[in-house]
Amino acid sequence: MKLTLLAALLITSSFVVAQDDLLKELEQSQKPETEYTTATFKGTRLVNGQTIETKGKGTLEFIFAHRFGAVNGGVYEMFGLDQAYVRIGLEYGLTDRLGVGMGRNSVDKTIDTYLRYKVLRQSSGATNMPVTITAFGNAAVRTSPKKADATFDITLEDRLSYTGQLLIARKFSPGLSLQLMPTIVHKNTVDKTIENNDLFALGMGGRIKVSRSIALTSEYYYRFDVGPNNPYYNSLGFGVDIETGGHVFQLVMTNTRGLTERAFLGETTGQFFKGDIHLGFNVTRTFQLKKPK
Amino acid sequence: MIRKIIVVALCSLALPGFSQKYTAEKSFVSFFSHGAIEDIAAENTKTVSLFNTATGDVVFSIPIKEFEFDKSLMKEHFNEKYMDTEKFPKSTFQGKILGFQGDAKGEQQATASGKLSMHGVTQEVQIPGTVEMVEGKIVMKSKFIVKLADYKIEIPKLLWQNIAEQVEVKIEFTYKPL
Repeated sequence: MKLTLLAALLITSSFVVAQDDLLKELEQSQKPETEYTTATFKGTRLVNGQTIETKGKGTLEFIFAHRFGAVNGGVYEMFGLDQAYVRIGLEYGLTDRLGVGMGRNSVDKTIDTYLRYKVLRQSSGATNMPVTITAFGNAAVRTSPKKADATFDITLEDRLSYTGQLLIARKFSPGLSLQLMPTIVHKNTVDKTIENNDLFALGMGGRIKVSRSIALTSEYYYRFDVGPNNPYYNSLGFGVDIETGGHVFQLVMTNTRGLTERAFLGETTGQFFKGDIHLGFNVTRTFQLKKPK
Repeated sequence: MIRKIIVVALCSLALPGFSQKYTAEKSFVSFFSHGAIEDIAAENTKTVSLFNTATGDVVFSIPIKEFEFDKSLMKEHFNEKYMDTEKFPKSTFQGKILGFQGDAKGEQQATASGKLSMHGVTQEVQIPGTVEMVEGKIVMKSKFIVKLADYKIEIPKLLWQNIAEQVEVKIEFTYKPL
């Protein structure tokens, strides 16, 4: 009797497998995976400077950035709209982590080329990594003034500057990302009475998402060891990112007109809180040249 | 002694109950949406699934971030804007296959009835499809429409022209005995 009962129990039990248990069984059979954080920032530029983001493999990004004159130019300058400083650039994702780019900024007629590489990726799950770190390096040549117009016998070396930067960011939540940017800018030739060849700076910035397609951004670079005769200021900027399909529009307010590291880190002439505010925008368009797979 | 032997024998008899479970060795989930400006399609081969032929119970779990698109930006937007993948990393189904007979030959019409969850919303659904036994393996295929609004997947206004309000989902699983 007992035996038949036991038998009956065993047989029925093997058939009664609740779906919930099946789902649990399914989940338990899966190995924990590493979840990499994506979309820490919407674009490769925070305001003026870089973000940790790299373009996906085979993706080409066209960047058109523009700064007006300072708004405190008054009605005579149409609040800065009479002037325009432009950088036109391209960036290409060689791999998902390695990008290469170049551009030309009308400020000092500067041509810049750069590489960026995502060294560490923020992740959770099987591998925990609190931050994403991207290394950024550029070389830029200012082609202004013309050799004939220069006050000394200017050579190509005199025109070159370099930037080395670590971008360290963490996406704390889908709505909040923060970034630190220790940076060094080296200029081959400087006026020693006002500045050194090497400039050390620490940038801080972040973004707050206010809706699915709109985010607020801010960025500030503090410069170390600035001499008393240095006429430049730390750069500060605020922006609104608006994303639509393959475009990102960034509307910005900043105290600098330069769009290369040498210019906005080392040669910012405006004081934000005295009204030297330049309105501007960065517009990007992304093209997929190769399928990501 | 004899009793013990019988108990063991019974236990081993009961075990085949477990071998009626099948696991998906190959999975393919795709969706397609027809938009005014561009069509959007994505494929996912990382879905896991279990099917119990004895009870008809079936479950599957689709990792959302494994959907692959033609453009990496599309993938980013899909996860970041539409699916909130960080919050809802998986879409799951748990239900029963109705109308499947394990011993029947050829393609059988069947219906999967149960709960489909995605984007944090669970809906009771009836999904029509076919089931076929092929050399000890089970091939399950289905094509159905998912209305984005049913799962609170919102389309940003600026983008309304890009994404259709419903997408066609195709699934194909090949199961082998567990």
